[in-house]
Amino acid sequence: MQVEVTVNGQAKSADVEPRTLLVHFLRDELGLTGTNVGCDTSSCGACTVHIGGESVKSCTVLAVQARGEDITTIEGMASDGVLHPMQQAFMECHGLQCGYCTPGMVMAATSLLSENPSPTEADVREGLEGNLCRCTGYHNIVKAVLQASGGQS
Amino acid sequence: MIPAAFDYVEVDSAEAAIAALGQHGDEAKLMAGGHSLLPLMKFRLASPSVVIDIGRIADLSYINDAGDHVAIGALTKHRAVETNELLKSQVPMLAHVASQVGDPSVRHRGTIGGSIAHGDPASDLPAALLALGGSVVAKGPNGDRVIPAADLFTGFLETAVASDEMLTEIRVPKAAGAGWSYQKFNRRAQDWASVGVAAVRNNGASGVALVNMGPTPVVATAVQDALASGADVEAAAALAADGMSPPDDLNGDPAYRAHLAQVLVKRALTEAAA
Ligand SMILES: Cc1cc2nc3c(=O)[nH]c(=O)nc-3n(C[C@H](O)[C@H](O)[C@H](O)COP(=O)(O)OP(=O)(O)OC[C@H]3O[C@@H](n4cnc5c(N)ncnc54)[C@H](O)[C@@H]3O)c2cc1C
Ligand code: FES
Ligand code: FES
Repeated sequence: MQVEVTVNGQAKSADVEPRTLLVHFLRDELGLTGTNVGCDTSSCGACTVHIGGESVKSCTVLAVQARGEDITTIEGMASDGVLHPMQQAFMECHGLQCGYCTPGMVMAATSLLSENPSPTEADVREGLEGNLCRCTGYHNIVKAVLQASGGQS
Repeated sequence: MIPAAFDYVEVDSAEAAIAALGQHGDEAKLMAGGHSLLPLMKFRLASPSVVIDIGRIADLSYINDAGDHVAIGALTKHRAVETNELLKSQVPMLAHVASQVGDPSVRHRGTIGGSIAHGDPASDLPAALLALGGSVVAKGPNGDRVIPAADLFTGFLETAVASDEMLTEIRVPKAAGAGWSYQKFNRRAQDWASVGVAAVRNNGASGVALVNMGPTPVVATAVQDALASGADVEAAAALAADGMSPPDDLNGDPAYRAHLAQVLVKRALTEAAA
């Protein structure tokens, strides 16, 4: 089945089986391997991307369900070689260790800020409850999100 | 993990969904947000040969003032329920309970209709609907019928919505001044409830429903009856596990859950009365 989507501002299309998960569509069909698969069971958030600006777990969405949608992946965050403020904040606050959860964290965190531009620390912790960091670097992740929001860090 | 192969049918109206159900019969499954169905399909615990995608039926995503109740389209996402001003003022418990489902990414995709139709005993919204005394509208080949929440949950992952019907609307009575409480006990932030309690107290009437205390979302009848005949919170809460058959899993055995239900019902009734 033909799936036509906009990914990081570019029109993309591929012919896939209806059972193809969005994360596999992005990684295997479009070669966008920044989006990781962690748990594959909707729990860890490593696969988080945006559909229409909202965070979703792309291991729990079919590619066909995203037809016609505007998708953003981690590859679409930096522009012209300049990191997105959230990426910059993760770098400055040491919000990543092995980096496996990071693409999902950045996507979930930017979705969070678009809904709540001035979150408290508690808001950030709750807002990221669907994203697990196996290196358990939560403290600096929260710091990074607060810094990106312009709040205290 | 990849689901078994299926044919994909996208529909743009409830009528088209029902026609597709009629055409494909028991082999077909409706998919709304897919956040209960897809995980089951990935584990191959469900392998429908036809998936009917109702997720984009735009006119079934709404939250409307309908006089004595609020009418919510079945395809309304948890996130919309959580943030809706009408619900926050008229049925604040429902908005709050929606905010307790999974995590933000789950709430961006999952729908209230999917939650109710799935009828998972561990899920949050069905218990809220039971405690609030709500109802649902099921559309079938012969038109619409209204099913009270109390008659909806008939068995493990089974509801009174027939296999040729689709749930189109959820109705919740306005309860602006009512006391309410939702107690969700889980061990990790985004987890399902080990046990949960939804309680509403309104002019002497009480609605109390339990999460994960049996094969279905369930009304705590013994608690409600005790309150109706004048029992105090302590005495009523002691009856929380009466008639229940809580599950045995990694989050707790039945005796632990029975105890938890009593503690949480007491907390819920106390908070709802305050
Ligand atoms: C990681 C994760 C955590 C979660 N945590 C929680 C939680 O804490 N609490 C909680 O309550 N839920 C939780 N959920 C489930 C979530 O709430 C789902 O959104 C919900 O259970 C199903 O909604 P859906 O729209 O995704 O339904 P789908 O998965 O699309 O459908 C579920 C079932 O209902 C049927 N169905 C769907 N819509 C209709 C309709 N309109 N008419 C008739 N049948 C229909 C489908 O055929 C299917 O059998 C979680 C899910 C995930 C992935
Ligand atoms: S890989 Fe999708 S949530 Fe873990
Ligand atoms: S940085 Fe290693 S999993 Fe989060």
